[in-house]
Amino acid sequence: MAEKLKLALYWAASCGGCEIAIVELREKILVVDQVADILFWPVAVDTKYKDVEAMPDGHIDVCLFNGAIRTSENEHLAHLLRKKSKVLVAFGSCANEGCMPGLANLYDRQSIFNYVYLESPSVDNPNKIVPQTTNKMPEGEIQIPKFYNTVKTLAQVEDVDYFIPGCPPQPPQIWSVIEAIVQGNLPPKGSVVGANEKTVCDECKHDRKEKAIKQFYRIQEIIPSSTQCLFDQGLICAGPATRGGCGALCTKVDIPCRGCYGPPPHVIDQGAALMSACASVVDADTEEEAARIVGGIADPIGTFYRFGLPASLLHRRKL
Amino acid sequence: MNFEPRIIAFLCNWCTYTAADAAGVARMEQPANVDVIRVMCTGRIEPMFVLKAFAEGADGVIVSGCHPPGDCHYTNGNFKTFRRMPLLGTVLSQFGIDKGRFHWGWISGAEAPKWAELARNFTDQVRGLGPLNWKDQIASKED
Amino acid sequence: MKKITIDPVTRLEGHGRIDLFLNDQGEVANAYMVIPELRGFEKFSQGRRVEELTDITPRICGVCPEAHHLAATKACDAVYHVDPPPAAKKLRELFYSAFYVADHMTHFYILGGPDFVMGPDAPVAERNILGVIHKVGVEIGTKVIEARGKGMDIIGMLGGRKIHPTFGLPGGVAKSLSEEERKQVEATAKDEIEFALFTLKLFKDIVLANKGYLDLIMSPIFTMPTYYMGMVDEKNKVNFYDGKIRVVDPEGKEFAKYSPSEYLDNIAERVEPWTYLKFPYLKKVGWKGLTLGKDSGVYQATPLSRLNAADGMATPKAQEAYEEMFKTFGKKPVHNLLATHWARLIELLYAAERLLELATDPGITDPKVRAIPTEKPTEGVGIVEAPRGTLTHHYITDEKGIVTKANLIVGTTNNYAPIAIAVKQAAQGLIKKGVEVTEGILNRVEMAFRLYDPCFGCATHTLPGRMPLVINIIDPSGTTIRQIRRD
Repeated sequence: MAEKLKLALYWAASCGGCEIAIVELREKILVVDQVADILFWPVAVDTKYKDVEAMPDGHIDVCLFNGAIRTSENEHLAHLLRKKSKVLVAFGSCANEGCMPGLANLYDRQSIFNYVYLESPSVDNPNKIVPQTTNKMPEGEIQIPKFYNTVKTLAQVEDVDYFIPGCPPQPPQIWSVIEAIVQGNLPPKGSVVGANEKTVCDECKHDRKEKAIKQFYRIQEIIPSSTQCLFDQGLICAGPATRGGCGALCTKVDIPCRGCYGPPPHVIDQGAALMSACASVVDADTEEEAARIVGGIADPIGTFYRFGLPASLLHRRKL
Repeated sequence: MNFEPRIIAFLCNWCTYTAADAAGVARMEQPANVDVIRVMCTGRIEPMFVLKAFAEGADGVIVSGCHPPGDCHYTNGNFKTFRRMPLLGTVLSQFGIDKGRFHWGWISGAEAPKWAELARNFTDQVRGLGPLNWKDQIASKED
Repeated sequence: MKKITIDPVTRLEGHGRIDLFLNDQGEVANAYMVIPELRGFEKFSQGRRVEELTDITPRICGVCPEAHHLAATKACDAVYHVDPPPAAKKLRELFYSAFYVADHMTHFYILGGPDFVMGPDAPVAERNILGVIHKVGVEIGTKVIEARGKGMDIIGMLGGRKIHPTFGLPGGVAKSLSEEERKQVEATAKDEIEFALFTLKLFKDIVLANKGYLDLIMSPIFTMPTYYMGMVDEKNKVNFYDGKIRVVDPEGKEFAKYSPSEYLDNIAERVEPWTYLKFPYLKKVGWKGLTLGKDSGVYQATPLSRLNAADGMATPKAQEAYEEMFKTFGKKPVHNLLATHWARLIELLYAAERLLELATDPGITDPKVRAIPTEKPTEGVGIVEAPRGTLTHHYITDEKGIVTKANLIVGTTNNYAPIAIAVKQAAQGLIKKGVEVTEGILNRVEMAFRLYDPCFGCATHTLPGRMPLVINIIDPSGTTIRQIRRD
């Protein structure tokens, strides 16, 4: 009987969606139970940090690490789990590109702090208290993690072996990766797994024709045709600039892709790719007309860099 | 030591590069701050090139090519340029990069003096804005 | 003092740590439920297109994205002053009912339930969903997985992705329901009602019939009188999707009933320096610190709260179960925290019955599910009941519909004060002189928060700024004796 795989799953600055994606393996979780021992998984198992610290180095065979690096605790766990794991996988968009927490890179600690603890409409804080990393309480000291100015991806703080994209990674893809791990069938270190080598357009059910955009629309402004390509109709769809493998689930219900599977192969900045795609198909033969049409795109950075701001070339807004 | 801006200029082979070359041959006064990267057409310039230039340390970036509608060697390569560049300009502002650090436009092969003037004026403009120093400005503010 | 740390807390959504301080007598001088995480959603929502918040805010929580998705959608309706067609509203509630079924099941079988099915002292390796499946058998385990899965399939049918679905938008929903799909939902709803009844029976057989657990439930350690909050329809019955927010006092008398736009008159949030999460409280009662009772503004917003705050359930089988629970305790409101697990299963039953009602509604397959907004966007509040508590999304935009300000008061945030009190009360009740502090005892302390089915990712959507800014030096009596500021 082969030795069971020692598995760990951890969440840094994340939402728990990657954990639910594992639960969405449904009955296959029973197979995982047969082939693996889950040594650490805070959402479902009561193992604590001290238990991980006590493990010998390299004890964990595979660690699926989701969530972005937002605080010193997130970074500490990234280093700890790297030490205790033979294989470290950046699981999901937050760990890969930064995802939604990465949008905080449009602001800095000071402005965020001012809003949350002082200016927000429901805050009642007459003494202008804000959280402190070290607190001397009557009974003893309480420390809380430090918040960095900038959100980082896992690979920006640690050596990562494999990358599984998606927000969250789709369960059939997660399963195919688990199978590959169990069978010892992984591609070379540094590969993206659990996704395909094309873009979302390849899996999308809509019919693509020539694109010539006279006006960009927001989702509430039109009722799109269910058969024609959403981008052709003027909705900004990130499909052309997003790695495929998700099954094009959003466009299936006529909502444009937002780009959660990250950049396609060989693209290093997803936002730049999407920006270029949108502008290139604008139907304008004069500078004025072109400026008018692209000027109709509201909040370009939040649209193009929705998922990939920390991983992008510039990483964040200027401090 | 005084700050000397580092400017990257993406110039199309047929028009602005020719102008820049002619300006050099004619010994028109140009600052040494501008590093020229020759492309066959400004239609080849993906926003990613400009972003990478800033990320890697450029203080200012120029994109310049043939006048639309008629001068483009590839008929309408520059149409892609004037569709992309305004959007890129907006995104750069949202990144906090001053609009004064990015210039895009058209200079034909016959307009060498216009190139020299752009090189001088833009360098002065960027010098006035100060160093951008993208990588360091992120790292230094992480405590 | 000796410090015992439970780090991290487990079997919940989000990050947390419990710091226990023991005096020389081995008693708990104080227990702090510390929340070490924050991300900043309220701030980075500024500058975004308001309709995109229906896709951004679900990333606050991947366990309850549907709650944020619908709160955001309703807030966007309000921002654009647009009224969705009737079929769109029914579909949103159908979608939401399917989610409630799946999510309440997730909590019972994966998060909180293992403490009961396996026992709070069971070895760590067994005290989880896999242990539960080994114990109840693969056949029942598979039934659990399937039942949860069928609820999620309805989410996927309407919203594409099952986690972070894309269904609602300002003025309606993205797609209508076909007759074939409707039949599938109807069949699923019937199965889910059966499974909800099965789960309630399991709870009664394993938990209520077990004297040890019953003692725990009735024990004063896990009893806390507070105000209770929940959304109700016009008949004051529990509703998850729409209605007014009703608050009752610890004796059950109605204290407030407000519509979404009035939330700021009713709720405010306090800040403590030792945690990133804020403490909401009832403004009209006032903040009296982490204290209980009628004079304290601390309130709970949980499944038990919803049942306490309402006059009943809107569907027959759930109403029967509701009456049975209150009869067992002999009074209303019920202040026994662990009864929250029971209330959650009654809500599970209601959600399944409601799913069937909506699936058999004659207008449910109407193709008209979109109203295009025509008015200029301004400001709006959208409230739904998240499984873990009342969820409020408040957006202010410019005339182009770009967010200028966002405020979110999220399910578990409502419960932070009671959680902090409950953890301290449990710690002080369980850890005494001469009692060995075993792993099982520490797990029971965790059970004090686990019944809330907390979602600290939700609760702490926000991010602080540079610190330290203010240092308060507090003496043992709690008085601030010196303040050092760095502004």
